Amino acid sequence: MPGAPSPAGSWPDIARGSDGSRSDLVPLLQRTQAAYGYLPPEAVSRIARLLKLTESDVFGVATFYSQFRFTPPGRHRMRVCLGTACHVKGGVQLMETLQRRLEIDPGETTADGEYDLEPVLCLGCCALAPVVTLDAAIYGQMSVLKLQGILDERDHA
Amino acid sequence: MSATTLEAPRRRAVARWRRLQESPRPVIYVGAGSCGRAAGAVELLDGVGAYLEARRLDAQIVQVGCIGPCYLEPLLDVQLPGRPRLSYANMTPELAAKTLDAVLSGQVPKAHLLGHLGDGAYADHQTGRDGDGVPRFADHPMLAHQVRIALRNCGIIDPEDVGHYLARGGYSAIEQCLGMSWQDVVDLVRLSGLRGRGGAGFPTWRKWTYCRETESDQRYLICNADEGDPGAFMNRSLIEGDPHAVLEGMLIAAYAIGASRGFIYIRAEYPLAIRRLRNAIAAMRKLGLLGDDILGSGFSFDIAIKEGAGAFVCGEETALIASIEGRRGMPRTRPPFPAVSGLWGKPTIINNVETLATLPAIVTNGGSWYAGFGTSSSKGTKAFSLVGKVRRTGLIEVPFGITLRTVIYDIGGGLAKDFKAVQTGGPSGGCLGEEFLDTPIDYENLAAAGSIMGSGGLIVIDRDTCVVDTARYFLSFTQAESCGKCVPCRVGTRHLVGILDSICEGKGELADLDRLERLARVVESSSLCALGQTAPNPALSALKYFRDEFVEHIQEKRCRAAVCRDLVEYRIVPGKCTGCQRCVQVCPTGAITGPRAEVHNLDPDKCIKCRSCYEACRFDAIAGDAIVIESGGRRAD
Repeated sequence: MPGAPSPAGSWPDIARGSDGSRSDLVPLLQRTQAAYGYLPPEAVSRIARLLKLTESDVFGVATFYSQFRFTPPGRHRMRVCLGTACHVKGGVQLMETLQRRLEIDPGETTADGEYDLEPVLCLGCCALAPVVTLDAAIYGQMSVLKLQGILDERDHA
Repeated sequence: MSATTLEAPRRRAVARWRRLQESPRPVIYVGAGSCGRAAGAVELLDGVGAYLEARRLDAQIVQVGCIGPCYLEPLLDVQLPGRPRLSYANMTPELAAKTLDAVLSGQVPKAHLLGHLGDGAYADHQTGRDGDGVPRFADHPMLAHQVRIALRNCGIIDPEDVGHYLARGGYSAIEQCLGMSWQDVVDLVRLSGLRGRGGAGFPTWRKWTYCRETESDQRYLICNADEGDPGAFMNRSLIEGDPHAVLEGMLIAAYAIGASRGFIYIRAEYPLAIRRLRNAIAAMRKLGLLGDDILGSGFSFDIAIKEGAGAFVCGEETALIASIEGRRGMPRTRPPFPAVSGLWGKPTIINNVETLATLPAIVTNGGSWYAGFGTSSSKGTKAFSLVGKVRRTGLIEVPFGITLRTVIYDIGGGLAKDFKAVQTGGPSGGCLGEEFLDTPIDYENLAAAGSIMGSGGLIVIDRDTCVVDTARYFLSFTQAESCGKCVPCRVGTRHLVGILDSICEGKGELADLDRLERLARVVESSSLCALGQTAPNPALSALKYFRDEFVEHIQEKRCRAAVCRDLVEYRIVPGKCTGCQRCVQVCPTGAITGPRAEVHNLDPDKCIKCRSCYEACRFDAIAGDAIVIESGGRRAD
């Protein structure tokens, strides 16, 4: 996987500080995802062994929470807020515009690995609705055309 | 190293705070909460830094939290020696340079000026020269009706500098509590009438007493910062703007209930708030406010941060506990309540961020002072995030008993178009129409109206918002967030969404409305936790107050707000179209055709209703209004 550190190298960092109790499960999953960008199957096995849980236990918890993903992420993370304020101001049309443009559904990664498209329920800046984020950049008061403009600019950059 | 008193650090902090207020050099404050950053505060900070450097000006830059009026972000305050802060709105690096040029040369430019942050007139203390008619920011309509208790420091202090918090009386409330018995602390909170601000409004003192009176070798305190209501950001803003207020509140609560360990359960989606909490906890540790034997009182307490992994249901207490324990965040039946048997089976109190941040102010000013605000049953103040179609959006804190009309029209500045409804309580709340505008806001009145207080989201909708679609939106949200443990919620919400879907698509029948109500009552009365029990509220309240809109969707296949996709069509108005081809260029499906300078043609079979042409016509085209979205003759505008 491009850009990701080798599993052997960072596992001690991930496991460090864990006392092996079950309450470390979510933090361990979070640290794993922070290191790899997703939860590789071998990491799930290691966490299960460390905490003396079954792998299905670990998967059961990991799949419950929307934060975790099981496939490598794209290079850029595109998020569309579909919180209430953004919904009322047209967030759905923004999502559909991106689905059409990137040719993927919400939750998927483009074939070239360039973009992730994620719905997010409220980024907490409702006064700027509707909001789209691209990596660390936050775009407020978005419109279908402004969004197209941002993508056009990136395509030609 | 554990100090036994805060006297020395506070003295230093007060001196430093005074030096900042009376600084001989200009001080520039930039509001840099998440909302400010989204509006460009980081670029503004960089711009101001570059400005000062280019002109070799000696001035200090201070980052502060959010004072509330998000629609005015980014905010920039300038403080000249001997004068109060002047606040400027919607600043860009270019505007800031222009404004600073003027202010630093002794003028008060009126463009973008909101007012000054002083108490009296904006006068020069040294010369006594009059303040050129500069208003007080506190008299701004967005702020004038507010009583800022939980938000007392937000936007005023640097949230990453514990000295600022100390200088404004911070951590004196916990010092005071440590000299009191736990019963006296509980009594004080009882007198204040404080009720849980997370939504249910249970009296804080009573919950604490249940916990304290349960025999146990270990008790836990959890700060619930899992703000999952889509459309509410009170907790994020509060933590970002004044993390120490929440942490001091945790010390007070922990002392009252006898907890030695505390957790902050916070959404991972709030990275800035988490960073500020970590920073603040480190500062507390240095001051001896965490760990063993705090300030020599014999009271020991420590705090750990637990990042939520994304599950709305984890706002529910027992689900939150399951999540901290490393399990799927599913609620369990109560009793036993967490106050008796919670985290790892031990008595556990879960208090909301706002509840906790209010505690230090109550301790400092007294329970009866706090009870002096609000109504007889709902005392004190409540923070709301006021969003949607109001002119002035942002975070506000008002006393209970204020009417929705005052909040929406006086504070929020009203709407550009006709008011339709306000959704309170988020996905668990209800949609209240015009007849409730003069209802005083308190827990009981909102419940009687079929809504709830919830955590404090207020979403204002106008005639361009469809209440059926809004009800479907909320139901889809709770359906997706249902943990799946109990059947009424897991299956019931899915069917409720199905009924609303078919109505929005124009496939509904009148009998669906009865089905909807009947099923909603079942889900409401038989779900395991509050998520399911309140999930039908948006649909039930919409149906109760806006039944005619449901009937229109069903019988006339018409959405009067022209929102429901299957019931609207896009049309080019021949008399208005100038043939500028802007819409032809943006249409992704080639549905619009026509040569330049001739009226264009829109093929409804190819149109996917994506809005591109509509926006292009309004913002880029010569005509501006040649493309309309209609449903049964009514236009969206």
